[in-house]
Formats: sequence, structure tokens, C-alpha cells
Amino acid sequence: MKIVVCIKQVPDTKGGVKFNPDGTLDRGAMLAIMNPDDKAGLEAALRIKDETGAEVTVLTMGLPKAADVLREAIAMGADNGILVTDRVLGGADTWATSTTIAGALRNIDYDLIITGRQAIDGDTAQVGPQIAEHLGLPVISYAQDIKVEGDKVIVQRMYDDRYHVLEAQMPCLITALSELNEPRYMTPGGIFDACKAEITTWGRADLKDVDDANLGLKGSPTKIAKASDKVRKGAGEKVTPDSPEEAVEYIVGKLKEKHVI
Amino acid sequence: MDFTLSKEHEMARQLFKDFAENEVKPLAQEIDEEHRFPRETVEKMGKYGFLGIPVPKELGGQGCDPLTYTMCVEELSKVCGTTGVIVSAHTSLCVDPIQTYGTEEQKAKYLPDLCSGKKLGAFGLTEPGAGTDAQGQQTKAVLDGDEWVLNGSKCFITNGKEADVYVVIAVTGKVEKRGKMMKEISAFIVEKGTPGFTFGTKENKMGICASSTYELIFTDCRIPKENLLGAKGKGFAIAMHTLDGGRIGIAAQALGIAEGALETTIAYVKERKQFGRAIAAFQNTQFQLADMATKVEAAKLLVYKAAMKKAEYQANPKVSYSVEAAMAKLYAAEVAMEVTTKAVQLHGGYGYIKEYDVERMMRDAKITEIYEGTSEVQRMVISANLLK
Repeated sequence: MKIVVCIKQVPDTKGGVKFNPDGTLDRGAMLAIMNPDDKAGLEAALRIKDETGAEVTVLTMGLPKAADVLREAIAMGADNGILVTDRVLGGADTWATSTTIAGALRNIDYDLIITGRQAIDGDTAQVGPQIAEHLGLPVISYAQDIKVEGDKVIVQRMYDDRYHVLEAQMPCLITALSELNEPRYMTPGGIFDACKAEITTWGRADLKDVDDANLGLKGSPTKIAKASDKVRKGAGEKVTPDSPEEAVEYIVGKLKEKHVI
Repeated sequence: MDFTLSKEHEMARQLFKDFAENEVKPLAQEIDEEHRFPRETVEKMGKYGFLGIPVPKELGGQGCDPLTYTMCVEELSKVCGTTGVIVSAHTSLCVDPIQTYGTEEQKAKYLPDLCSGKKLGAFGLTEPGAGTDAQGQQTKAVLDGDEWVLNGSKCFITNGKEADVYVVIAVTGKVEKRGKMMKEISAFIVEKGTPGFTFGTKENKMGICASSTYELIFTDCRIPKENLLGAKGKGFAIAMHTLDGGRIGIAAQALGIAEGALETTIAYVKERKQFGRAIAAFQNTQFQLADMATKVEAAKLLVYKAAMKKAEYQANPKVSYSVEAAMAKLYAAEVAMEVTTKAVQLHGGYGYIKEYDVERMMRDAKITEIYEGTSEVQRMVISANLLK
């Protein structure tokens, strides 16, 4: 069985988001990490590998330094890494990105493609399903549990208050939620091997059956009007009352002040 | 000379840091207070290969260099000195001598399980009358047919009751050296559960409280003849070699404790307000932090240099890393004590309260000046090399 996991290097948004004057992300000013949903997808693939001996390939599109997340994935247990990088692919929105990744995937054999639900830098959740559409594959999104049985996958698709159990014939594409599992750590020996591992690098010329009109910034129909970080709550007010009674009195007073009660 | 860490080492540091923050730090205070050995952490460390970092892959290890192992102990110790010493005693004092002096059969028998964490290792050298003075050994091993018979006891043994495989040093006779009769010392591998091998009292310590420190007792303990480690009579050399490596591990532990205390204090002085402003705004705080950070950095360079020197030794056994290890251990331990003491002082009354990590760090730091050879012994090793 062959599994391809699509992963993305994203800025770590834990410490807040930083922007360039033109509204794009200042990636250089933020730590780069593997997107959490993608990492859960990788872990799901590695668990299938542990059980069945499947071959796991990780694929990413980005700047040359995005090879770092491929090495991290290999240090966790993935077998191969493919980096799709080319100046003409830069500035891609979800449409141009999914076109590019689909073009790369047409070069590889696979039974299952796993992507993260969405990346923490864009939060669109569009790329995974779009890749499936380009490749004509069935897609199951929002997976919170994945099982492989023969040539089928049985997936729990999560909703706010329930889940659906869906079965699909492979080849197919699944988008994973970070709730899916607790990703494993790398191992020290895995890191040393990953740093020696050869990463396959593909450019525009290696993409199969794609039109230049659908690639890079020029092929991106999305136009960003304005970008902003989400509003962060202030530190709040800290009080240390002497007794529970005093605390209750204080809270009730505040609630009245705000006309909550 | 390049002080930049390689990509491998940067990634490994991030791994150890993430693991320490997520898996070790949440337990640090609890296991210290309960004096409880963190078996669950040991299992996780085994799963991720932390218990066989410098061991070749074909023997079940990770195939990494001594610097990677050093950074592992350092990062673990930043958040929990106990977890740092569990890895250090296991790797430097049990895995390393078996890897270095073991026969092919011994390596194949013990190393894969030790590296995977299925088994934990310990080292028995210290006795009530023989700590720093390794020649003062009383534990005896006598060959009887196909078995060695051990009698005696070892004290202050780290990973004591929790370990499964013990490298034990014992007297096997007398030999003449430079006209004097000296004890002939040999090393053995002893497995837990061997009849005649029991545990004495558990030590109730000032720091590294979750570490399992026990007395080992051997009463007509019979072990197979093939459990002799290295040649008969080579035990003293094996013990000294083992302690050289162990010193790098403890130096890394001390460095980690100092770094942890410094990081905790930097965060605290920005929060804590006195006289209407954060105490970080006072020049006394700033100068104290500057001194602490400078000494931590100097300690780090010595510790990493010793680890690199050990890597050189592995490529060429004629190279000695004894002095580098002693210097790193001496300096890092003294810096750990100084930095944690200052950290407690900068925390004021809160630093003396168990809820604050620096209280534990100061207690944990003290042992690094004592075990694996006291600071005084390190000075003896260093000066003996200067004056030879």
C-alpha cells in the first residue's frame, strides 16, 4: 500500500501573527512548524504503516526551506520526501496550490492521499478537497478516525455534535483533523537519517497535465483585500479577595455593572 | 572553529525540548514531592530512543554522537533534574561500559533491551568506604567453577531498585604494582532477580528526590562466569573510563538545571513588581542575570567541548577526554549551584516555596557537585594532568 501525505510548513501562530506592509505574512519573523492538522494526517499514515508496512511519502510545496518539514516527517518515520518548489509557483492561492500538488501527484503511484483539514496560516480548508477534485478521487474530509480494510477506508467524519461513518474505495483522499491522534515524536536516530536522506525536488517542468494559467500568483483568482490578526483578549483584571464571600460580592458587582444580571 | 550547531543537532535539540516541555515538566514537581520514580516517562523515553542515543543502530541504539546524548540530558534537566540523571546513569554508567568492554555476546544480549527501555541500567561502584577512592573497594568476587560469587554491598546507587542490569565493580584478588600489593579489581554484569542480590535502604535525599537511590547487597550472589565485563583485573580502568563519560552526563545535567533556573528567573523578574515596577527594571536584577547567563554560556561551551572530545576518542581511542570531562563537570556543577542559588534569591520568599520550580532546582543542583566524583576530585584530575 502506498500513502502520500501532503504537508505544509507554516508559521507558528502561537506567539501571534506578523504581517508585511503589503498584507502578506512575514514568514521570516515567525518560527516555522509542520501544520498541526497535517501532522495528525502524517501520524495516521504512520500508524497504517506500523500495521501494514505501507510506504509513506510526504509531499510539500513551498520555498526550499520547506524541506525542513519533510525531514521532520522522515525523522518521524516517513519513507520519502518530495519538495515542489519553483519561483513561478510562488504566491499561489488554494486553486493554484491544489493545481500544483495535483500535477505533482500525477507522477506518483498511491492508494491513499492524506492532507490536513486546513493550515493555520490560511484556515481555508480548500486545498485537500480541491486536489481530490483535480484527480477525480473520492474525498472524505474532517476525519477523526481512519481504518483501512482491504482496498477500502472506513473514516469517521467529525461534526460539532456527531460523526458520520463513511466507507470509500481506494484510491481516495482524506483530510485529517488534529483531533485525530497524538502525533509521535521524532527519534534522535531518525533525525540523523532524515538529514542524510535525499529529498526529491520538483519544479514547474515536473508537473503533469497542468496549465500555466492556473499556477502561481498569476493563476490565483483570490485577491487579498486586507489581512489582520485575530483580536486578542487583554490580560484582564486580577484580583485577590480575602474570602470567598468577598469574591462572590466582587463578581456579582461586576456582572451588574455590565448589565449581565 | 565553528560554534554553529549542525542541522541534525538543532533538530535533536528541538525534539528533546518539546519532549521535556510536554512529557517531563508537567510531572517534575509531583514526582519530587512524592519521591516517585517516573516509570511512565522512562517508558516513553525508551519508545523514542532516548535510552540508547550514542549506541550504534545494529545494537539497537540510535547511532548518534555524544553531543546529541549530552543535549538530551541537558534539555531534560532544564525541567527535571531527576529525569536527566535517570538517562545519564543508565546511558553513561551501564550502557557505555557494556558497549565499550562487552563481548559480542554481552552486547547482543543486553544492549537492545537497554536501548529500547525494556530494561534500565545502573552502575555499582560506590561503597560506604569507597566513593571517591575507588581503590577502597570491599565487595569481593570469587570464581567458583563456572560462576563468580559476589559478596558485599554498594551504596548510593542511582536507578537502584528500578534498574534491571547492573555493572558492578568488585575485588577479585591482589596484584603487585610498582612493588606494592594492590587490589585487583574487575567489573561484572549482574541482573536483577539473581539469587543473593537484594536491595537495602532507599536513601531519602535533599534533591533529585524522584530518582531511585538504593543500597545493593550481594550475599553469595552467584553469576555466570561469562558475566565478567572486560578482562579480569581491568575493573579499575573500566570504572575510570565509565566515570569520565559519566562526568559529561552529569555536567550536562548541571548545565540543564542552571539553564532552567535562569529561564524561569528571567520570566519571573518581568512579572514580579516591587516599588511600582517589575524587578527586571532594577540594575541589581539585570547585573545578576548578566552574570548568571555568562557563566551558563561558559559552562555550555565546556560541556559541549567535552562531548566533542569524546566523539574524537570514539574515532581514535588514543585521544583522552578525561580532563575536558572533569573541567566541564567541575565548572557546570559549580555554576548550577551558583545560578540556582541566585535564582532563589531573585524570587525572594517565593523562591523558598515548593510551588516554585527554582526551590527544587537549587536542591537538585547540589548533588552535581558531589556524585560522579566530587568537585575536589575533578580538581585532582585536572591538576594531575597539569603537573604530570
